[in-house]
Amino acid sequence: MPVSVRDVEQVARLAKLEFSPEEKERLTYQLNTILEYMDQLNRLDTSNVEPLSHVTDTGNAFREDVRRPGLSTDEALQNAPDRTEEFFRVPKVIGDRNE
Amino acid sequence: MPWDERYEAVIGLEIHAQLLTETKAFCGCSTKFGDSPNANVCPVCLGLPGVLPVPNRTMVEFAIRMGLATDCTIAPRSLFARKNYFYPDLPKGYQISQYEEPICTGGAITIRLPNGAQKRIGITRIHMEEDAGKSIHDRGNDTLVDLNRCGVPLIEIVSEPDMRSPREAYLFMTAIRQRVTYLGICDGNLEEGSLRCDANVSVRRVGDTAFGTKTEVKNLNSFRFVEKALEYEVNRQIGLLESGRRVVQETLLWDADREVCVPMRSKEEAHDYRYFPDPDLAPVLVDADWIARVKSELPEMPERRRDRYVRDFQLPEYDAEVLTTERPVAEYFDAVVGAMKSRTTETRKLASNWVMGDVLRVANEQHVTVSDIPVAPERLAAMIDLVIDGTISGKIAKEVFDIMMTDPDAPASIVRKRGLVQVSDTSAIEQVIDAILRSHAPQVEQYRAGKQQVFGFFVGETMKAMKGKANPAVVNEILRRKLAS
Repeated sequence: MPVSVRDVEQVARLAKLEFSPEEKERLTYQLNTILEYMDQLNRLDTSNVEPLSHVTDTGNAFREDVRRPGLSTDEALQNAPDRTEEFFRVPKVIGDRNE
Repeated sequence: MPWDERYEAVIGLEIHAQLLTETKAFCGCSTKFGDSPNANVCPVCLGLPGVLPVPNRTMVEFAIRMGLATDCTIAPRSLFARKNYFYPDLPKGYQISQYEEPICTGGAITIRLPNGAQKRIGITRIHMEEDAGKSIHDRGNDTLVDLNRCGVPLIEIVSEPDMRSPREAYLFMTAIRQRVTYLGICDGNLEEGSLRCDANVSVRRVGDTAFGTKTEVKNLNSFRFVEKALEYEVNRQIGLLESGRRVVQETLLWDADREVCVPMRSKEEAHDYRYFPDPDLAPVLVDADWIARVKSELPEMPERRRDRYVRDFQLPEYDAEVLTTERPVAEYFDAVVGAMKSRTTETRKLASNWVMGDVLRVANEQHVTVSDIPVAPERLAAMIDLVIDGTISGKIAKEVFDIMMTDPDAPASIVRKRGLVQVSDTSAIEQVIDAILRSHAPQVEQYRAGKQQVFGFFVGETMKAMKGKANPAVVNEILRRKLAS
């Protein structure tokens, strides 16, 4: 099995998700099934194929640098689990990022 | 602080420059700094489900501009990628950036070292990305998040590890700032965080070719900090090696208050960004026509301007350097020279003296750029013309300049209405000088007895008597003649 329960726990941590032991087992199994399928695809010789990043061949879908109205502060904050008058409020965070 | 000379530093910088666009990178929200919290947000930059980011054409154009101004290759096709991490200032859970295929690669800029030598610093890449929001930690037990800055376009300029001292790193950052401001793509304002810098630092024995273990120093958000923080870190690493310990690869934060680098409390997971191409954003295609157009619109860059001032205007190196440091100053100077009636090596040097002197002084005093001082370049040129044609003396010119600060009238009419015209009339000056020599007989004796420096005293007295309006050349000539007889 290429994916272990520990891998699942690591990915879950990165995604800020929590799982029960049973869920971890199930996800380990499912991820392995998916990766086995990928292994099948890997058997194809793609050495002469350019990596594909987009399925359509469009490019340059730009917008001009012109302001458009957004949301009001109140609208922006209305889905937040916690807020002040003007800010999103979250549990204290320190460390991860340079602030 | 100088360090152990048996070692050398190896420094590479990553500089984030906030682009001067009206709107964010992928939505139409305003990028204005200082608006009330969460006023410039929309579903796209808030990362609400189902939205589609659309890149700002001006962001791409600005990135191309910087790439061309640093001799980079512009990629005909580049991709946006997602850099995944969770932090409250990034509501989508990923930052849109560029990873494997950035828009600019393989450039360089030249810095001037303190000894006058030039050094080429390689630029690995320049890529586009969006900024994160702002977290405020110092109010109560919670963290407050303002997403106005979230989605503001940045370019990240990544240098090669080509710098060998904190001083060189400082000079490189200064050169980057000069370039982005010349190009008009970033305001270069460090206080508002428009330019931010991280550094990769390692040390090695002089003569070694392999790199030592590096650390990353973050939070170098002021030019003053860059040198200080890097000096601290270089010394710290040398100290470790000298005491038989080794450098641990880690990320450090510069603490400006305590002037030390402190390790960041980071979790092991911090550096697993799981980049992948962003399926929401089409590739950026830049064809030769676009590159040619941007190239044709590039302003004259500082070093070319400096060379032109030295070569075509015969200005001293020092003047050329001062005048080209900031684009508005160079443009002001060019406008003055362009408007002057007489354009010779001497008159251009006179214009340079005025711009480097009074113009910059006034701009500093008033905290404005030179283009906003009350004396426009054309008026200064008209005033300098009056000095050149002998209408006013250099001394009176200072007075006229001060008057021009508040009086919008043309310099010629200011001079006329205030009676500041220079007196070159020999007989008028002679009369004054005769009177002065008569009333200062002892000094005349001293001069004739060989005390040459008394001459200056007579010039001063004459000028004082004539309220500075006497033509100094005429005064000198008459004085010399009278005192000799």
